[in-house]
Amino acid sequence: MNQGTVFYLIQLFLALILAPLLPGIINRVKARFAGRQGKPLLQTYYDLARLLRKGEVIGRTATWTFSAGPGVALAATLCALALLPLGGAPSPLGFGGDFLLAAYLLGMGRFALILAALDTGSSFEGMGASREAAFSALAEPVLFLVFLMLTSLSLDLVRHTGQSAELVAALSLSAMFGGQATEAWLAGRAELLLAPAVFFVLLLVENCRIPVDDPNTHLELTMIHEVMVLDHSGPNLAMIVYGAALKLWFFAALTAGLLTPPLPLWQQAGLCLLIILALAAAVGVVESVMARLRLTRIPHLLGGAAALASLALILTQVR
Amino acid sequence: MTTLLPTILFLLLLNNLVLLGMSRLRGLIRLTAFQGILLTALLLCLDHALLAGAVLLIKGLLLPGLLMRTRKGLHAATSLKPRLHRGLGILAGMAGLVFSLWLEARLLILPDLFPPLLLPTALTTLFCGLILVVGRTTALSQVIGYLVAENGIFLLGVPLMTAGAVWFELALLLDVFVAVFVMGIAIHHIGETFESIDVGRFRSLRD
Repeated sequence: MNQGTVFYLIQLFLALILAPLLPGIINRVKARFAGRQGKPLLQTYYDLARLLRKGEVIGRTATWTFSAGPGVALAATLCALALLPLGGAPSPLGFGGDFLLAAYLLGMGRFALILAALDTGSSFEGMGASREAAFSALAEPVLFLVFLMLTSLSLDLVRHTGQSAELVAALSLSAMFGGQATEAWLAGRAELLLAPAVFFVLLLVENCRIPVDDPNTHLELTMIHEVMVLDHSGPNLAMIVYGAALKLWFFAALTAGLLTPPLPLWQQAGLCLLIILALAAAVGVVESVMARLRLTRIPHLLGGAAALASLALILTQVR
Repeated sequence: MTTLLPTILFLLLLNNLVLLGMSRLRGLIRLTAFQGILLTALLLCLDHALLAGAVLLIKGLLLPGLLMRTRKGLHAATSLKPRLHRGLGILAGMAGLVFSLWLEARLLILPDLFPPLLLPTALTTLFCGLILVVGRTTALSQVIGYLVAENGIFLLGVPLMTAGAVWFELALLLDVFVAVFVMGIAIHHIGETFESIDVGRFRSLRD
């Protein structure tokens, strides 16, 4: 194993260990804004340990789809995370076009959870599943618009070499998020700054954070994601909670990858980690100062994000 | 300075699209003020210090202040019901941007006359101002649309400016100031007489 792979494995291990810290940071920031002490930073770890020790209750109508859902979702998120360059180190699993695989791995995880929710036979969970499917279908075009912009940028950078192998490699997540975007915007291509902003909106949408969905609410009319997982308990709920934390890390790492310039390896990794933690704090701030949007307004938010992404795409095509 | 110029032009483009998506009058006025400040920064980049000061004074401070005062004097609703749906407005703005990029490629102009991205930004600003005039129903937001369109024309004139033309531009600025001043007073009177500045209602007026 060469040095790069070892470094990447360390980064992946760090991500797996530190991911449950992000919800803790978000909750702490929210508590501080409200003038409270707040839960301990490590609360998600305690929750996971408690849930793993517990038994599970399964409804009478539920079949194996219900039990398989959380496992499939967690595994899909793990695979997607393993495709991402972490802390500036390119992923050993990366290949040209792996962003499609990563996006649809996340989609598959969501599909498994939706199936599990439908499998309970409860109309309430069916409603949540329908909402989740609707909003993620709206978020997907935005994600691909940004990917389109980033691929065109990284293709521009290697086009002069003219070698087909390098052209294919430029289509991987490792090439897109390896720090060249930051170099370009520092050199005066300000439209690239829109990409992290759009990814931040996507982070809020995909992880069911506040302007879209309130993770703490249990009111029937307003819940989206939390409805789907109401019936899960014990180790399966632990998998869902851990999977959600990993997904948060995935989107935060995407945003951080666009904001860190190419530096020496350890410095870049450290900066990346700092940005990820700062993003969690930023989510906490957003949740404290904003109210939840009405369900009918969420497409407007995503439409705004799509407008920003297409503006960035148009401007990158011009240069 | 040269790396700053594309950033300012990009911010202007973004400002235009946000203007089209903004629903509140107060936000619209603030964005217009920000546009004035961006124009000032652009002029400083191109070494027109005197004009930059005048632009900051008139477009960054005086006009937004005037509009703010008019808004406070009216008892109109602060949130605007657009005639054109806001999403459609943003889409129209994007179409304007694409059209101006296409036009820039087709126009026969001296190669070094316009810095890159300046011509499309200017045209898009002009289009966004026109969309604001057509798409909104309150008189005050139409004045803002007029101002934004004028900003676009001003941007078009910037690269053509030589030392002598600065006075010409200053005179134009004064004209715009007077125009908005008069419009502010007119809107105030409209608001007092008809208790609304919704232009949709003026259609039903009869002698």
